[in-house]
Amino acid sequence: MLSLRDLRVRVGEREILKGLTLDVPSGEVHAIMGPNGAGKSTLSYVLTGRPGYEVTGGAAELDGVDLLGLEANARAAQGLFLSFQYPLEIPGVPALTFIRAAMNAQRKARGEAEISAPDFLKQARVCASDLKIDFDMLKRPLNVGFSGGEKKRMEVFQMAMLSPRFMILDETDSGLDIDALRIVSDGVNALRGPGRSMLVITHYQRLLDYIRPDRVHVLADGRIAASGGPELALELEREGYDKYARAA
Amino acid sequence: MSLDEAIRLRDPSRLPSRRDEDWRWTDLRGLLRTVPEPSQRLEPGELGVGPFDGLEGEAILVANGAGPEDLRIVADESRTVILRNVSRGDGAHASRLRIEVAAGGRLTLLESHEGGGAGLSLLGIDLSLGEGASCERLVLSDLDPESVAVVELDVRLSARTRFAQTLMTTGARRQRLETRVRHPGQGAEVRLDGAYVLRDRRHADLTTSVRHEGPDGRTEQLTRGIVDDQARAVFQGRITVQEGADGADARMAHNALILSDRAEVDARPELEIYADDVACAHGATVGALDEDVLFYMRQRGLPEAEARSLLAASFLGEVLDRVEAPVPVEYLRAWLAARLDAGI
Ligand SMILES: Nc1ncnc2c1ncn2[C@@H]1O[C@H](COP(=O)(O)OP(=O)(O)OP(=O)(O)O)[C@@H](O)[C@H]1O
Ligand SMILES: [Mg+2]
Repeated sequence: MLSLRDLRVRVGEREILKGLTLDVPSGEVHAIMGPNGAGKSTLSYVLTGRPGYEVTGGAAELDGVDLLGLEANARAAQGLFLSFQYPLEIPGVPALTFIRAAMNAQRKARGEAEISAPDFLKQARVCASDLKIDFDMLKRPLNVGFSGGEKKRMEVFQMAMLSPRFMILDETDSGLDIDALRIVSDGVNALRGPGRSMLVITHYQRLLDYIRPDRVHVLADGRIAASGGPELALELEREGYDKYARAA
Repeated sequence: MSLDEAIRLRDPSRLPSRRDEDWRWTDLRGLLRTVPEPSQRLEPGELGVGPFDGLEGEAILVANGAGPEDLRIVADESRTVILRNVSRGDGAHASRLRIEVAAGGRLTLLESHEGGGAGLSLLGIDLSLGEGASCERLVLSDLDPESVAVVELDVRLSARTRFAQTLMTTGARRQRLETRVRHPGQGAEVRLDGAYVLRDRRHADLTTSVRHEGPDGRTEQLTRGIVDDQARAVFQGRITVQEGADGADARMAHNALILSDRAEVDARPELEIYADDVACAHGATVGALDEDVLFYMRQRGLPEAEARSLLAASFLGEVLDRVEAPVPVEYLRAWLAARLDAGI
């Protein structure tokens, strides 16, 4: 599904990703762990097309489609979704208005018909109740004044509504209380299935108890430094990243 | 300086210029070397439809400066008036309209400024409200890119009156919409709002001055605008609270988005307070659309142009949330949406 080959990325003068190779097959969930500043968020931004990230080499494909040649919104229409580490506030635009506009823009890009207002509202009610989101909150401007945990929950709500096929979760667990972590994880697990894959970026084993990964990768100093099964996360929890520290 | 005299006497030396403190950003003398000849008569049949057509109300037409001079709303009467101010050709004209709303009367004034050609026009309106009367004035202005146009409103309020206005404009070659209010306090309330969307080389000047002359008056003001390309917006808001006008409550905000580095916003909010126990505040911001927010929106699938106009519409939409007339506000919303759909 997602295939990254020797990806090299610079921000300004600095090379952040230094030849990153990774495959996430269809239907699998892969976790990425790694020290602060390793380049995990940079990877999520470059895949989703944020301006300011210069790809100096390598390739990134989603089901054979070259992502790097597409506009950010075209990548979204291809089914790529990023749950942001720091979700942004959209002043004056109610959450439901925004999500409906996004959904219809994606449908339009794929040549599909718009969703009807009743169908949209029905789906929103179901997703909100699954994620224990108060429906009135969806009438407020998106994320404006929301708590850190509420913003993360809104990210997963949008993900459930848009139903993407490749999901990147950048520290979606940070800021969530114990109950919210379980509710959000249930929401994420409900999106697992054949034809859908995820990249779960986290610092904590606890999330991976809920969202069981097929593979775990260590991203250190701009590269995948190690890969393994779920046991790798447990090992990292015990031993830290010392042995992946820059081997000059 | 008097624009009215400059037009009537065809004397360019009387045009307001940068040397007049209140006109320094809307210089007409430097722009026009001569005052154009008087405008030709316009036949009402040639004027097409106005932006408020379809709404119930009494129609009043000012065509190249020709129109009625007086309008009276008698005591306790409630009326909607649709005032079209239409200019064509490249001549100059000036006119004045007096509107009197007697005690307890209610007026909804739906006013449009249309056309303009390459001419110079002035419309002055004197509005007086008797005790307990109210007026809401909603203005849509869409002028030709070559026109130079000024609209001045002088408002006199009485005790317990309410005057509210929302101006919406796309500017002109040079346009000034000026509102001057004598505020008696005594429970009278004023709202002076505006929104502008300026592109190309258009200019709009929204100038207001409110003079609180008696105790316990309220004034609130919200102006928001967007400037793109080489457009220029001017906002001058002055609130004066005279000695003795104690307990006045005045709030003013002007927020602009600049979408191009060649566009310009000149803003001058002024509060002059000579009374006691006054609550006054003003806030002004000029900024750009947030690139991080735009990326977030695009990550969800919105094309850039759509993301920009959604942000712009919600930014300007807060002005419309304050309009009171329930049906006309939908006309304002549609007008704004159409101006933003053209791309931001
Ligand atoms: N716009 C930028 N300008 C300069 N340096 C940047 C920029 N964005 C990221 N970096 C640098 O790139 C490196 C990788 O940052 P990134 O956010 O990808 O790390 P991360 O692995 O997500 O860390 P964390 O676990 O703390 O979230 C950091 O050293 C960061 O300072
Ligand atoms: Mg990060």
